Amino acid sequence: MEKKKLVLIGNGMAGVRCIEEILKIDRDLFDITIFGSEPHPNYNRILLSTVLQGDTSIADITMNDWDWYRNNNIRLFVGETVVQIDKEKQQLRTDKGRTVSYDELIIATGSKPFMLPVPGADKKGVTAFRDIKDCEMMMEYAKTYKKAAVIGGGLLGLEAARGLLNLGMEVDVIHIFDYLMERQLDPTASKLLQRELEKQGMNFLLKKETAEIFGENRVEGVRFKDGTEIAADLVVMAVGIRPNIDLAQESGIAVNRGIIVNDYLETNVPHIYAVGECAEHRGVVYGLVAPLYEQGKVLAEAICGIKTHPYEGSVVSTQLKVSGVDVFSAGEFMEGEGTSSIKVYDELRGVYKKVVVRAGKIVGAVLFGDTSEGRKLLEMIHRNEPVSDAFQLSFFQANSTTQSTVATMADTDVVCGCNGVTKGAICQAIVEHGLRTVEEVRDCTNASRSCGGCKGLVAELLEYTLGETFDKQAMKETVCGCTTLSRDEVIAEIKAKKLKYVKEVMSVLGWKTEEGCSKCRPALNYYLSMLYPGEYVDELESRFVNERLHANIQADGTYSVVPRMYGGVTTAEQLRKIADVAEKYNVPMIKLTGGQRIDLLGVKKEDLPRIWAELDMPSGYAYAKALRTVKTCVGNQFCRFGTQDSTALGIEMEKKFERLNTPHKVKMAVSACPRNCAESGIKDVGIVGVDGGWEIYVGGNGGTHLRAGDLLCTVKTAEEVIEMTGAFLQYYRESANYLERTSKWVERVGLEHIREVIFAPEMRKQLLERLEQALRATTDPWKEIVETKELQETLFTNLQAKVPVNR
Amino acid sequence: MARVEIGSAARLVERLGKCVKVGGRELAIFRLSDGRIYALENRCPHKGGDLSQGIVSGEFVFCPLHDWKISIKDGKVQAPDHGCVKTYKVEIEAGKMYIQL
Repeated sequence: MEKKKLVLIGNGMAGVRCIEEILKIDRDLFDITIFGSEPHPNYNRILLSTVLQGDTSIADITMNDWDWYRNNNIRLFVGETVVQIDKEKQQLRTDKGRTVSYDELIIATGSKPFMLPVPGADKKGVTAFRDIKDCEMMMEYAKTYKKAAVIGGGLLGLEAARGLLNLGMEVDVIHIFDYLMERQLDPTASKLLQRELEKQGMNFLLKKETAEIFGENRVEGVRFKDGTEIAADLVVMAVGIRPNIDLAQESGIAVNRGIIVNDYLETNVPHIYAVGECAEHRGVVYGLVAPLYEQGKVLAEAICGIKTHPYEGSVVSTQLKVSGVDVFSAGEFMEGEGTSSIKVYDELRGVYKKVVVRAGKIVGAVLFGDTSEGRKLLEMIHRNEPVSDAFQLSFFQANSTTQSTVATMADTDVVCGCNGVTKGAICQAIVEHGLRTVEEVRDCTNASRSCGGCKGLVAELLEYTLGETFDKQAMKETVCGCTTLSRDEVIAEIKAKKLKYVKEVMSVLGWKTEEGCSKCRPALNYYLSMLYPGEYVDELESRFVNERLHANIQADGTYSVVPRMYGGVTTAEQLRKIADVAEKYNVPMIKLTGGQRIDLLGVKKEDLPRIWAELDMPSGYAYAKALRTVKTCVGNQFCRFGTQDSTALGIEMEKKFERLNTPHKVKMAVSACPRNCAESGIKDVGIVGVDGGWEIYVGGNGGTHLRAGDLLCTVKTAEEVIEMTGAFLQYYRESANYLERTSKWVERVGLEHIREVIFAPEMRKQLLERLEQALRATTDPWKEIVETKELQETLFTNLQAKVPVNR
Repeated sequence: MARVEIGSAARLVERLGKCVKVGGRELAIFRLSDGRIYALENRCPHKGGDLSQGIVSGEFVFCPLHDWKISIKDGKVQAPDHGCVKTYKVEIEAGKMYIQL
């Protein structure tokens, strides 16, 4: 028997989810064709704002890759738009002239952004924020332009604004009402939100109605009805979306605001269905993902001939995806006739919580600052639960972070609101399939696959279900096994609680081991010295042997000594001195290092201070998480190709940054021309001289993680090289994980982000001030030890047995 | 059994090991944070690392060569590695340390 032909118009989240549900019920029932106007496979539109904010990449938000379509025998036409439906012949036609017939047709055309019909709205530099194309355009603009204006202070507008801030733009948010997110928040929560976002750098223009977008060839600014105006290079319209119903309407399908559907998502035309943002159900058009997925499930069943669960509408909840801001809103969030409310307002902590009660039952909620109760409240609203005394009591208590929320949840409680996955379903999947990570749970159950807001809860469920065997490291990169905290969390706590000692950090932050381990002790020691330069006293016992003894331990327990030779340039006198010392102490091996200096290998620990004293040269820090060496080529003093004096700059850089502690070792190089004899392309900071300037490459690595450096910028003078390098180093010091090389760090945080930080003059100035402070606090360690008898005694002298043993 | 004096206990700083040659062998001496002093053979069973220079955390020392974790109290190598290091009794008398060999 020939399969029935199913066609889906719209290759987005709602439509494709419905196809997934159909395949789950019976993968052989239909011959499936999908049309999508965008040139991409189905991606997670909700996460576009996180792409813009720099947390994910476009590649990461693909939900169904090309293989998925292939493996399920789905014919996919992307970049092709259906322009006509002939409902009599059951046929449709595309903009490329293709005609396809169907037995069943699903319309999932989603929404279009609403563009304000003001003069100039079609100018270059005006965009919506709806799809990958818009997102890419905004990211591209941010590279060249400075000022952005976002029209619309709703969810989408604020997420866009945050993204543009992250991209280094100055952002004005224009809103027609007198408070933000009025469709989700009450004025109190909204003002708290505004205060927080202003702290993050957003500027708000409230009660402003846009009259015109002006500019010659492209946008230059926005003018308002009150006659005022602002300058803008980029205007993002985020004033709302409209169901995309043109095709349905033109084809004679009944529409109102959306395409009208019944409880089984059927339109008024037989064999044609609508799902998602384009559908209107019982007078409501939904714009959030959870209801759309619920619809998709009902439709999938209906289309496969199972008409048991009708779709009866959804209670919606919202969360704003702006980092550092926790907002939750659900149901009837405004007090009205016949309602009363319970409010908790802690101005000090910036926490506001409100539930709206009608006839003794919770019908809505708004949370700001602490949204941990959001899911519980949403459940209570769903279940129409009465307000109990116990609830009131717990609502007023400050939320304790130690209490696991998952333990108190019922199995039927929804954990992932987007995908409607319950606690019971997740726990069952964890046990049945032996799942170990949040990612595995996501792939198996769909939980956390959409907005990702429930990842934390899923992780807690893993821990709760698996108990001891759960490997938390798998989901969060903690400092080490002694703590459940990540590097960022530890630093935030150190700052907030003003912790000053390694031991204090461990005891206050609940370390699982008494005195930590060989991973966290050096890490904490570094973080504290970075946070309190000049004030923190380096803890010798928390240093790895090399950095405690200022020499590199070798396989046989001897050490190596590498004196500093700035820029790899030495003198006859230095060489003579080194030769004398080597002879006197019977140094077994003298070797040239890769960093253009000399290594004395096989030195006994006890001899180190004397050797340093006799060499009378600065420590080369060849053992340290610090600047190692600045390798240089010959440069224009001698080289006939050299365009710049690379040795002079190399020496200057090495003198400037020597002794600076960094999260991991830092290697630098300066080449005088693009022939790059100093191998600047594989250094943490590599400088290449070009005619009239210097190129600065960062994040290069010639070791385990072989990586070519990225061009950070090109500057004209040696001073600028030092300034940019300094800002780069300080930002690396402040934001990298301990033992994270710049190559990994640059990849993790993104070159664009680093540029935004260090190219901003004020930020750079502050970074350089902190760098100078750190540099001022350093001294040459060899000299210090040579001059300090106690250090020699503590670190380098062995104990002596008094009585010889009688054999 | 021989008893050997190895110097003043005051020379040991908490959590910074020292080594001492006694007869044909080398020992690592540690003072833990609780003030107690312990002695181990100064040789990691893995590649012979100098344990006296390892980071001391609680009752454990981490070998500076390849980070093996060894109990200073009983000499046992901690999982995932295996092995044992010989321990020696340290006695303190009038501020002086003595090793029982």
